[in-house]
Amino acid sequence: MKIAVCIKRVPDMEARFRIAADGVSVDEAGLKFAMSDFDEWAVEAALQLKEKQGSGEVVVVSLGPDSVQETIRKALAMGADRGVQLKADRIPFDGLAIARALAAELQGGGYDLIFFGKVAVDSSNGVTGPMVAELLGLPCVTAVAKLDVANGRGTAERALEGAVEVLEFPLPAVLTVDQGLVAQARYPALKGIMAAKKKPLEVKPAQLGEARVAVTKMELPPERAAGRIIGEGAGAVPELVRLLQQEAKVL
Amino acid sequence: MANLFAFAETRGGELRKVALEAVTVARQLADASGGGEVHAMIAGASGVSRHAAALGAHGADLVLVVEHAGLAQYNPEAVAATVAERVKAGGYRAAVFSASAQGIDLAPRVAAKLGVGLASDVVAAEVRGDAVVVRHPVNTGKVIATVTVPSTPALLSLRPGAIAPVQAAKAGRAESVAPAADPAASRVVVKEVRQGSAGKLDLAEAPVIVSGGRGLKAKENFKLVEELADAFGNAAVGATRAVTDDGWRPHSDQIGQTGRVVSPNLYVAVGISGAIQHLAGMRTSKTIVAINKDKDAPIFKVADYGIVGDVFEVVPALTAAVREAKRHG
Repeated sequence: MKIAVCIKRVPDMEARFRIAADGVSVDEAGLKFAMSDFDEWAVEAALQLKEKQGSGEVVVVSLGPDSVQETIRKALAMGADRGVQLKADRIPFDGLAIARALAAELQGGGYDLIFFGKVAVDSSNGVTGPMVAELLGLPCVTAVAKLDVANGRGTAERALEGAVEVLEFPLPAVLTVDQGLVAQARYPALKGIMAAKKKPLEVKPAQLGEARVAVTKMELPPERAAGRIIGEGAGAVPELVRLLQQEAKVL
Repeated sequence: MANLFAFAETRGGELRKVALEAVTVARQLADASGGGEVHAMIAGASGVSRHAAALGAHGADLVLVVEHAGLAQYNPEAVAATVAERVKAGGYRAAVFSASAQGIDLAPRVAAKLGVGLASDVVAAEVRGDAVVVRHPVNTGKVIATVTVPSTPALLSLRPGAIAPVQAAKAGRAESVAPAADPAASRVVVKEVRQGSAGKLDLAEAPVIVSGGRGLKAKENFKLVEELADAFGNAAVGATRAVTDDGWRPHSDQIGQTGRVVSPNLYVAVGISGAIQHLAGMRTSKTIVAINKDKDAPIFKVADYGIVGDVFEVVPALTAAVREAKRHG
């Protein structure tokens, strides 16, 4: 089974962000970077499928400047077989621009499955996966929380609001991965990290599409007014109820 | 003057609240760009046309009804093809979707088919000159991006619950539209929708959310959270990633960076320490209450009102007090 996983390098979300001087991006000075959470789960899901099948190849693809090679190496250390960097000066905000570049790379790759994370935790758009599927003319299931694949077909479950949707689809297909599909992404062992250094990592220019949406401003949200601890134990409850009724007016 | 398109989501033939949110925004954008028409598309099995009145009441001049037995369940490929064909033919200024579970599947397909921009998970939208300009939280809500979509049509998907539906009576006249692709030919097929507990209020629709974390100690103790939610009467129950990972609650109840992002009027955090992961999902709630036995728990930094104490004592007392307040109020 040949599986591709598209991954994105994103800032660590524990950071306190500052707006860059250009006013349209986040200041990267001092930020730590990592693979987007959902993409880690996608890599894990691909590796588990390959292990279950007993054979196959997992290829990871990432678009961006040379710094994304670190993210690709992490996936290789987890167990992916080879990586591809689609080189671009920066990662565009517009998912369609990224999707065009990814589709150009993935086309003709003979992949049985192409995995994406459901959404990148930085740009929070959640569009690239289904857009790539559309550009490649492939079936697509988004936000997969449960997956079974056998005999060229798959069954997936996805979370709806207060319900679960069960879908069937043929391979080859594009899937975007939601929380819960895998218990957790494996930590690369030292052996894996060493092996990753020798695995092939190809660098090619990204054939980016034109961006159709643009970020024209980035700003920090207003700070919440400081709150207060109003008391201890059950004895504080009457005061809380009074405040909710009279001050917050939510009760 | 330009017309606006809105997709009206249904499930099992019933209209969802997010459908009204989409129509409301389409109406507001139409009014702001010279007062064009709002065309709302609804797809489903026979009978779904009955929702035209509700769509009209929220600003739809025209309701495009796609009725077909093969659309009884969401049919991604047939619906995307039908929406794309209509949006292309209709010369709309913008097309508004929800960023619901269905919408995050549908909107990007349509955008890619049309080769146009999609601004997703939008919390505010307006018209500025030739472009549609929106606000979109990024980096787990720590930064707000202003995004411009100059293309025509501009596609937007709305964060569920971010923009309240507004009544704006328009004709809502129904027009039949055939599916642009044979629903039976779809490769991706929804076989079943397994409903959760009946009548459960969704996290994006509930004015109040009561949420529980590790401080509850065991799965069975979530009963305390459910009882408090019940006392409010209009509350949904949420959970942290820790307890959903442990299987105490379904993943779809998880509020946080990789789960649901909510913005209710009141958020009550029970036994939740306030990890960054979790705060990302609820920090825009209008009023936050925290109950935790650790006075140094980070949750108290975002809570408007905090009670330091044992959840097993405080929550039942609060439940009784809320029931009492509701009885008298």
